[in-house]
Amino acid sequence: MTTTTLAVLVPLLPFLGAVTGLLLGRTAPGFVRPLAVLPTLASLVLAAIVAVRQGGDAAVDAATELTPTGSVPVELALHIDGFAALVALVVGLVATCVQVYSTGYLRDDPRYPSYAALVSLFTSAMFLVVYSGDLMVLLVGWEVMGICSYFLVGHYWETPEARAASIKAFLVTKLGDVPFLIGLFALATDAGSFRITKVLGAVAHGGLDHPTLIALLLLAGVAGKSAQFPLHTWLPDAMAGPTPVSALIHAATMVAAGVYFVARLLPVFEASQAAMVVLAVMAAVTMAGSGLAALAQDDIKRVLAYSTIGQLGYMTGALAVGDRGAAVFHLVSHGAFKALLFLAAGVIIHAAGTNSLAAMSRMSGLRDRVPDAFWTMTVALLALAAIPPFSGFFSKESVLGAAEHVSTGHTEHAPAAAGWIVLVAGLLTAVLTAAYATRLWLLAFRGRGAETPDHGRQPLTMTVVLWVLAVPSLALGGFAYRSLPDWFDGRDLAPTLATSVLGTGLALVGGLVVHSAWRHTTARAARAPLGAVAAHPGGDAGLVEAEAIATHTPAYGDVASAPDPADPGRLLLGPLHRHAATGFHLDAVYTTLFVRPVQTGASLVRFLDREVVDTYVRGAGTLPRWLGTAVRRAQTGNVQTYVSALLAGTVVLVVAVLLVATGA
Amino acid sequence: MILAQAPHGFLSPTGVEIAFLLVGLVTFGAALVSVTTKQLVHAALWLVVALGGLAVEYLLLTAEFIAWVQVLIYVGSVVVLLLFGLMLTRAPIGRSPDADSANRWAALTVAVAAAAALVWVVVDAFRATWIDLDGPAAGSTEATGASLFQNWVLPFEALSVLLLAALVGAIVLSRKGKAERSSPPLNSRATGESSPSVPDARKNPAEQEGAG
Amino acid sequence: MHLAYPAVLSALLFCTGLYGVLARRNAILVLMSVELMLNAVNLNLVAFDVWLSRTAEETLHSGQALTLFTIAIAAAEIGIGLAIVLAVHRNRGTADIDRLRDTAEGHESAPSDEPADDDTAPAAEKAEATA
Repeated sequence: MTTTTLAVLVPLLPFLGAVTGLLLGRTAPGFVRPLAVLPTLASLVLAAIVAVRQGGDAAVDAATELTPTGSVPVELALHIDGFAALVALVVGLVATCVQVYSTGYLRDDPRYPSYAALVSLFTSAMFLVVYSGDLMVLLVGWEVMGICSYFLVGHYWETPEARAASIKAFLVTKLGDVPFLIGLFALATDAGSFRITKVLGAVAHGGLDHPTLIALLLLAGVAGKSAQFPLHTWLPDAMAGPTPVSALIHAATMVAAGVYFVARLLPVFEASQAAMVVLAVMAAVTMAGSGLAALAQDDIKRVLAYSTIGQLGYMTGALAVGDRGAAVFHLVSHGAFKALLFLAAGVIIHAAGTNSLAAMSRMSGLRDRVPDAFWTMTVALLALAAIPPFSGFFSKESVLGAAEHVSTGHTEHAPAAAGWIVLVAGLLTAVLTAAYATRLWLLAFRGRGAETPDHGRQPLTMTVVLWVLAVPSLALGGFAYRSLPDWFDGRDLAPTLATSVLGTGLALVGGLVVHSAWRHTTARAARAPLGAVAAHPGGDAGLVEAEAIATHTPAYGDVASAPDPADPGRLLLGPLHRHAATGFHLDAVYTTLFVRPVQTGASLVRFLDREVVDTYVRGAGTLPRWLGTAVRRAQTGNVQTYVSALLAGTVVLVVAVLLVATGA
Repeated sequence: MILAQAPHGFLSPTGVEIAFLLVGLVTFGAALVSVTTKQLVHAALWLVVALGGLAVEYLLLTAEFIAWVQVLIYVGSVVVLLLFGLMLTRAPIGRSPDADSANRWAALTVAVAAAAALVWVVVDAFRATWIDLDGPAAGSTEATGASLFQNWVLPFEALSVLLLAALVGAIVLSRKGKAERSSPPLNSRATGESSPSVPDARKNPAEQEGAG
Repeated sequence: MHLAYPAVLSALLFCTGLYGVLARRNAILVLMSVELMLNAVNLNLVAFDVWLSRTAEETLHSGQALTLFTIAIAAAEIGIGLAIVLAVHRNRGTADIDRLRDTAEGHESAPSDEPADDDTAPAAEKAEATA
């Protein structure tokens, strides 16, 4: 088969798997698990073949126009360059791991068939985004992911948190998608085509009339999808979904789509210096803010969620300095270790029966209960903290190196200001990343207190996946940084000495500070008992997690933080902790700015409808009702009355006719 | 219309006209009493007077066969049938104050209006039309019979079928349905619903006794 | 004879019957009034037939034939009508037209009419006896 055929099959197989799974889910439950895993696995294999055949050479392009669609044609187009091939590989790997993991994680869930089908659809949509060579087709995948995330985040729709989170995720991303759509139209109008190759060609010849406007409009959509400030607020709340969904959304699919989109259309953004600076500022604020917020979270998954936002900030930072190679490199390595982090967190939550770090810090022996999760999570946290030689180190150093390169003013495609902003924020975030990674590890695995309850062995499907993902987390960066430039723009991705020393040193500092703080505070832990454990420890992991999320607010007073004096993050952040725990009150600001006015307007409309419009309606109904009452009175049932009326009418009519006939 | 111009005034009536007027007055009066009297049996008897008066009017109009049929069928059988009906429905003998319904004034209005309109129209249309009653009787038995069995024989036969159907229908309607009577659900319903309205049912006989 | 005399008499009798139909409570009296109306029509038919048989060359005597038919149909009608009244009286205990209001809007008085059959029967006999 040709590469094009294979590439078409990659998004198609999970899509067919999703449709079949939805159709057969109830009638043939035995087919649901194979239908969930096998198409995704096949897509992974096909994506690998496509990547090998493409090999970083000239991009594979294919297009067919189904039907004329007016002035700007919409074509079914493929555009597979090195970025697309590699990202598709990561998507396939993570999606396969998630599907395998879910078979164990949601073992007893009655809604597993629809869940698996939605995950397949989600994967298919991401493949479509990755391979698509046409912006409209890309938008289809983009929006399908949005609706799938809505359903998947709301998987535990019995809990109010999950319902609110799914609606929030949907609305916030849609808020970004509206300007995104307008931006796409503006771009296509300026370039005369939706084809990415043609758009890039138009940009290369300076064919864009409004580059800044288009870039900023597109950035709004990217910020929504990739959870960048100020539209990042949906991502921490999306933790109300099942853990595998979080892994899928965070590692490879939804949030990666925004970064990937900018990477594809980077020349469009580079055409506007202002857009690059905005991108840099956005990335810097996102990185630093999310690092602080992550340090204050109590829910293990929310820590990881803020960490995702921060790492996405690195990627957008790399894009802001015009180095998409570094951005996609970090995207790939982050995809591997963040998926691992989430999946391991799922295992930990199941074993501990809680998602609260404060409760875990009062349990001893958690690492002996889940040794696989302990070792793989350690690897992934080291990769997250960018300690050499783990893969996160190489990808992050490539970002910092690119920023340093730009800040010294050696390039013309990105402003030096953007370089400085990204560099400073990146170094600051390196400290914070190491700090919260250390805090997470210490609180989860070095807790003291009562023995962790034994819930039996974790399912094999859940632990094997962890080791599969640990390999790229450990080794991808070191092996790949030499060969990856061939696939990308050819720019060198090797870490430079200055940033490596600086970054690693700062990371070590962050880790050590947290460790010393932890030693200082851990003595208090015994004095302040805390802990809420799921009511059904024997249930499958999904049930345990749903109960843990549902009990967090009643137990600790807040969904994000716990009043734990033994938390090293609380000691380090000081008065800032309170603000960081709530995400710097951004939700409250949004509530004041948008939610309240909308609700006030809605209640006004409701009042107008109920009291004003309905009055007319009721008034209009009253007259016929009175008439009806009067007419009903006439229905006495007395035949003589009827006949009297009939004959009286006849007489009147006859007299009238006679008068008319005689001309009177 | 040429005949209409003939000098036959209303102020110089012929003998036949005077007889017709007198009998007509009696007939009309009897009819009025028949529809207004409080005594139900008297109404039937006044109806006999009215129908007999009409028979005389037919004779005055030289329609003798119709007159005898009128006497035979109406006075002879219909009124008897009505009296039987009154008896079988246990109509009270004597004055019954509720013989007229509450609809009486509306009925009076309609009837008077209709009478005024009809009389006005009829008088306006036929005030100059004259019937020549001389010569052979227009309604003699011979003439009527010839006409009936020459021109109207088919409707006549159809009428016999109608009468047969009416006969059968009357028998079916007035027969006491035994199966219907003895069916338990109907009985239980009647008894179940009867108890609350017993006082109401007792009131009527009391009034009738007082009236009688 | 003026045609106006029988015509006016007929109109008056018809309206008398009309009043009776509308104002009488007892169904049998209503039937009597119907008979009056039919006779009024008969008078009209006969009068016009006589007039036409004098003025027209050829006549079918349709007025008289129709009068005979009307009389026959009236006899049938009175038979059927009485049978219906009797059946109603047997089932409902009354022959009063204004108490047969089953078709009224919001009709609920039917139960009070129905049971009278059992109770009024002996009472009415007594009434007859006292009268």
